[in-house]
Amino acid sequence: MTSRARRLLDLDPATVRRARTLARRAGKPVVDLAKAHTTVSVERATLRLAGLSGADHENVPWVNHLVDAVREGVGLEHGVTTPVWDALARGEAPDLLTLAQKASSGGVSFRLPEKAGLTRARRNARRDVARGIRTIDRQRATRDRLITKHGDPETKPWVYLIVATGDIYEDIPQAQEAAREGADIIAVIRSTGQSLLDFVPEGATREGYAGTYATQENFRLMRAALDESSKELGRYIRLTNYASGLCMPEIATLAGLERLDMMLNDSMYGILFRDINPIRTFVDQRFSRQIHARAGIIINTGEDNYLTTADAVDAAHTVTVSQLLNEYFAKEAGLADWQLGLGHAFEIDPAVPQSFRLELAHALLARELFPQAPLKWMPPTKHMTGDVFRGYLLDGFFNLVGAMTGQGILLVGMMTEAVVTPWLSDRDLALQNVRYVMNAAGGLTEDFHPPRGGFIQQRAHQVLAEAIELLEEIATDQGGADPHYPQPLLEAIADGTFGAMKRAPTKGKGLDGVVVKADGYDNPAVTLLEEGSTT
Amino acid sequence: MTPRTEAQEARNRSRRHVSERRMEDAVVGETSLAESVLTTPIVRPYGDTTGDGMVQVSFTLPLPHDKRAEGAALQLAAKMGMEPAILVHAKAIGPKFTFFVVYGSVTHLVDVREVQVVEREYDLLSAKDTNAAIRKHLRRKLVVVGACIGTDAHTVGIDAILNIKGFAGEKGLEYYREMAVHNLGAQVLIPDLVNTAREVRADAVLVSQVVTQRDAHIHNTQAMSAAFREAFPKGKVPLLIVGGPRFEEGSAGTLGVDRIFGRGTTPGEVASYLVHALVNPPTPSRKGA
Repeated sequence: MTSRARRLLDLDPATVRRARTLARRAGKPVVDLAKAHTTVSVERATLRLAGLSGADHENVPWVNHLVDAVREGVGLEHGVTTPVWDALARGEAPDLLTLAQKASSGGVSFRLPEKAGLTRARRNARRDVARGIRTIDRQRATRDRLITKHGDPETKPWVYLIVATGDIYEDIPQAQEAAREGADIIAVIRSTGQSLLDFVPEGATREGYAGTYATQENFRLMRAALDESSKELGRYIRLTNYASGLCMPEIATLAGLERLDMMLNDSMYGILFRDINPIRTFVDQRFSRQIHARAGIIINTGEDNYLTTADAVDAAHTVTVSQLLNEYFAKEAGLADWQLGLGHAFEIDPAVPQSFRLELAHALLARELFPQAPLKWMPPTKHMTGDVFRGYLLDGFFNLVGAMTGQGILLVGMMTEAVVTPWLSDRDLALQNVRYVMNAAGGLTEDFHPPRGGFIQQRAHQVLAEAIELLEEIATDQGGADPHYPQPLLEAIADGTFGAMKRAPTKGKGLDGVVVKADGYDNPAVTLLEEGSTT
Repeated sequence: MTPRTEAQEARNRSRRHVSERRMEDAVVGETSLAESVLTTPIVRPYGDTTGDGMVQVSFTLPLPHDKRAEGAALQLAAKMGMEPAILVHAKAIGPKFTFFVVYGSVTHLVDVREVQVVEREYDLLSAKDTNAAIRKHLRRKLVVVGACIGTDAHTVGIDAILNIKGFAGEKGLEYYREMAVHNLGAQVLIPDLVNTAREVRADAVLVSQVVTQRDAHIHNTQAMSAAFREAFPKGKVPLLIVGGPRFEEGSAGTLGVDRIFGRGTTPGEVASYLVHALVNPPTPSRKGA
């Protein structure tokens, strides 16, 4: 596959190396910045690993209470764990939950311990946080065992279907039905407001807007239901959710604890499309990706979004740039190639002449640049007009590109896109469409060789050249708008390079949850993740 | 029972039926084949022959696929006024559901005279005329603020109207030289929208609501209009406009906004309306061109 793909487009290996070098040059200063900060959500995720869960009667999670109390008392510059485990050692409360409850009413005084107290607090914190890490390890082993037992889907791409009723108890039978009909991956779309909540809701939920809240209990319920389905169907059905928004690190942690298999996790999506503060995003993203790496979770990146807001031909190279940046950030955080579900989408206006050939060129370029990654191929949405018949044809052509270019994950397109949330019959028809194309043309990768120097090769080369040009611009961006943030990538984000949206490092939602680390900062979760240790 | 035979049979039955109907069943006021469709107020759906009344529907019933389910589908079609109805396709979706495609002739007649539409109350202007009107009468830039509010993250609607790229071949409002456009993007909080509108002295506020569930678009819009009426003195509230596929025509009053735009609205229509409402004092008698 790899060498064959290489031959298809005749990309110059030196050019490809140059693209990766530029992505690293742009990304590295941002990683350094991320390492120098922590966020309230990273700290809360760490407490969740140590086993703190649940919420008060107003549904404010105990992790929020405890992190807020520590922040108020001694600040978060040294991390939340040291003062918390110091308080436990001093007998302020017998356990974490009681401590959080006491702290929520201001009944605990926190301090930064020194010498023996410090050593003890750190040792105990590490011991308790390591339990969560080991749970994640166990869940990963369970997944491997179940995959061996039930098997992976027989063919690629894996078929990815979305469920979104708002009610977890409606989602479950729909997801099981979708699996029976041929879905290999079930994604439960989140309630659209969740990305801007600075807490993770608790419990099983039945009310959501255009999606279902991501909660630990909802994760557990759906994973258990799909384990049943896997057994019934004789193939392991994967579960997907969203590690994005203000609680990205916590959601990633819950996903690891509850054995989710894939998570949407883009490096810049929250910044550009949700106006979340850039630094908050990069810090949260790095931690969440470290968790995903450990948990064996495949991330899905969100390059499709660039194409829905900009023209899919003009902006084709921004997808490539984003894929390269996502790859850099992912690998830096420890993710392996097989975990990189880099995104791209079939969003060219069907009225554009040769739109299908352009789509083929773009899809092949992604395939060839990232030969080991399970690319995620996403269906048309922008040019779905409500004419469901035409939409069905468009989805057929989308599936055909997927078949011809060896995509790893295929998000099933719905003819009723932009009309209703998918009906049972829409899903069934959509799956028939996928099956027909894969059955009829699945082997076409063998025969399909775009001619040397032809339209498809030329277009792919052009997009790559434009991507390199943009990366050069980003890596050397020195607008100097903010002397505190000399990182060129932040400059580029601030001056509207991506998606024509200007996002300054000093603005955006969640900025008040970002904290500069002090010299003595300690986070046992990060230590365990970076060392790869279990105790 | 292969689909091919089913479909052929369906077509044959449909032809037979149409020829029968045409002979016995002429309706008063319905045009004959020779007459133009436009001359009559009474119409029927058109399959391939005037007056055949043919429609096509698809639906799913929560029944396992068997003869009884097919009978149930035909019963539903009959109750929907399809007479005779032809079941052209039935397929099991899992063990508990069946999907149907039904063709048939509807017994209902449509009287075009009884159809009520909201006529466009303003003239359509070109971008040039819009700019000229603002320059001449307002003598400053017309300030527009746009956003997706609430949980809706889908900016396609507001972007289609505001972005230079525009929609349906028309350039967006950012292209208009005499307009100052502030597109705040998605998931904008209502207080932020109100503050921005005040800061930039907005003449008009455009709010888009594309994806919605459980009437979120209505609640969000009402909350938005209430916030504006609270924050601005009477008579100083900017022109409030909402757009989205789910808003009902004629519900502007209940929503507390000045105008609703539905699916397929182009930037030129919005620009022309802005001129109508803000630049020229509205003259109630004017009708669309």
